Amino acid sequence: MSNPTKTSSRDVQDMIESEQISIIQRISRVQALQIVIVLLTIVVIFSVMAPDAFLTVFNLRAILMNTSILVVLGIGVTFVIITAGIDLSIGSVLVFSSVISAMVMGNLGATGWVTALIGLGVALLSGAAWGFLNGFLVAKAQVPALIVTLGTMGAALGLARVITGGIDLYEIPEVMVDVIGFGNLFGEVPNLVVLAAFACLIGGIVLHLTRFGLTTYAVGSNPEACRRVGVKMDRHLIAVYMISGTTAGLAGWMSIAYFQQTSIGGQSLTPLLVIAGVVIGGTSLFGGIGSIFGSVIGLLIPVVLQSGFIIIGVESYWQDVVIGVFLIAAVYVDSRRRQKAARGSGRKPKRFQIGGVQGKSSKKEGIK
Amino acid sequence: MALLEARGMVRTYGSVVALDGADFDIEAGQVTALIGDNGAGKSTMVKILSGTEQFEEGEVTLEGQRVVFNNPAAARSHGIETVFQDLALCPHLDPVENLYLNREIKRSGVLGLLGFMDRKAMRDRSVEVFTDLGATVRKLNEPVGTMSGGQKQSVAVARSAAWASKIIFFDEPTAALGVVQTANVLDLIRRVRDKGIGVVLISHSMPEVLEVADTIQVLRRGRRVATINSADSTVEELVGVMTGKLDEEVA
Repeated sequence: MSNPTKTSSRDVQDMIESEQISIIQRISRVQALQIVIVLLTIVVIFSVMAPDAFLTVFNLRAILMNTSILVVLGIGVTFVIITAGIDLSIGSVLVFSSVISAMVMGNLGATGWVTALIGLGVALLSGAAWGFLNGFLVAKAQVPALIVTLGTMGAALGLARVITGGIDLYEIPEVMVDVIGFGNLFGEVPNLVVLAAFACLIGGIVLHLTRFGLTTYAVGSNPEACRRVGVKMDRHLIAVYMISGTTAGLAGWMSIAYFQQTSIGGQSLTPLLVIAGVVIGGTSLFGGIGSIFGSVIGLLIPVVLQSGFIIIGVESYWQDVVIGVFLIAAVYVDSRRRQKAARGSGRKPKRFQIGGVQGKSSKKEGIK
Repeated sequence: MALLEARGMVRTYGSVVALDGADFDIEAGQVTALIGDNGAGKSTMVKILSGTEQFEEGEVTLEGQRVVFNNPAAARSHGIETVFQDLALCPHLDPVENLYLNREIKRSGVLGLLGFMDRKAMRDRSVEVFTDLGATVRKLNEPVGTMSGGQKQSVAVARSAAWASKIIFFDEPTAALGVVQTANVLDLIRRVRDKGIGVVLISHSMPEVLEVADTIQVLRRGRRVATINSADSTVEELVGVMTGKLDEEVA
């Protein structure tokens, strides 16, 4: 610093603040915190309006179970969106994986755990294969992710229909339905929810604590910079889309356990629901920002709204309207934040305003 | 013998001859400025020597050994780093994460194999690098995107300095900076040089070149036309050599 006397007090102040605020800042920087407040507000409102029906163990369990499959899909989508990509194919990959898995399990004939686990493996593999195709086309063939996954969205569902003749499969091992679909841990917590939570934990650890996760953020933040420092971009993108495919495969396996059948016709809106939830949870469509925790909260909101509306007797279609508003608001907040950051200096403008020296500070910034 | 010698470099883009048998030398512990008019071949030379482009004819020797850099990673493995004009930082990552981008320190043992990072070691080493350079990076846990231009520049320079053992290319590092920030960057360049690293500065600002460079090599139309000791040169002379005016006068 060539002008130490003028800046030193600010430096010291900055450093002290940076030590004190850092943890709070790091948390609050996650849009997820704001969205947690939104979720809690919604819960409180419904709880007050329908104290006997909404905040019951039965209803909360129903909410969590209805969110489980979406949340598992949301893990992969979070990874993909953080790289500034998109995956529209998850609903169809879910269907395709569940169909293949159900067929394999049906052919095995047995109804035990071995069959169920083979079915799980098949579902994960078929999901991963679709993910590989998506990733390969996005990374190597350089086709925009929107188009690639729009294409595989149609293709996966089409193939699932071709294979089954459009008729859902019902031959699901009993243990799957009994234990995964409707079993409980400690008698209260649905196993479906436990499984989803476990998947989120793994996804969260990989995204937030490992080198792979950090690279995922980096790729979304500045692909050119990554290329220049030698990040193997293609490999990473393929891996990320494979994660999304694999979580869709897991979701497919969970869905046949829960619904006791495949759901060929029932997933057309799923990708949009999941993407909306992930984006509401603070993951930026422009890449570089996002968290698994945020996605979980973002995906809970529509389910909680729907449940609440039904209980207080409002037509549940209102849920779609409210979610639409939330989605646009979330992206608005995100793009505002990006504009602010792009304008440079990024010191929180509020601080300048509070001190009433905005002009002075930005000038100093300029000549530093 | 120079640290790096490039001889008779040729590179064409279709019918455009970017380098037409150009030479270039880099000395350890010196700032070598590479100047020339637009289209003289500066960028092409730097791209070749940092591994992002390939040459068609010529020879590059590093410490007397013939080398060919097929990609930037090959150049980096020889201790050659580049500070790019656009800095090539990830705005959403913090300075430590940017410094270690793609070179993160892994934890020891099983956790390391699983891809867990030793964030403390990364942070400690980053503090060391920043302090060593006297870089003005104040907040190690804030995204780089929220920092001022000067601080971003410091992070980018520190990243190259942390990894380069032999050569750092600075591609117009001050083009987007104000007066004081420019002075800071020139300071950083001197500190890097004083560590014994060969520094190459590409710049359009002649006063800046004269201020910080030890020797100045001039490219014109794809060839090196002069090697000038910056201590006894002037802006007029440099501009004259760059544009070819001086030759005409001599002739």
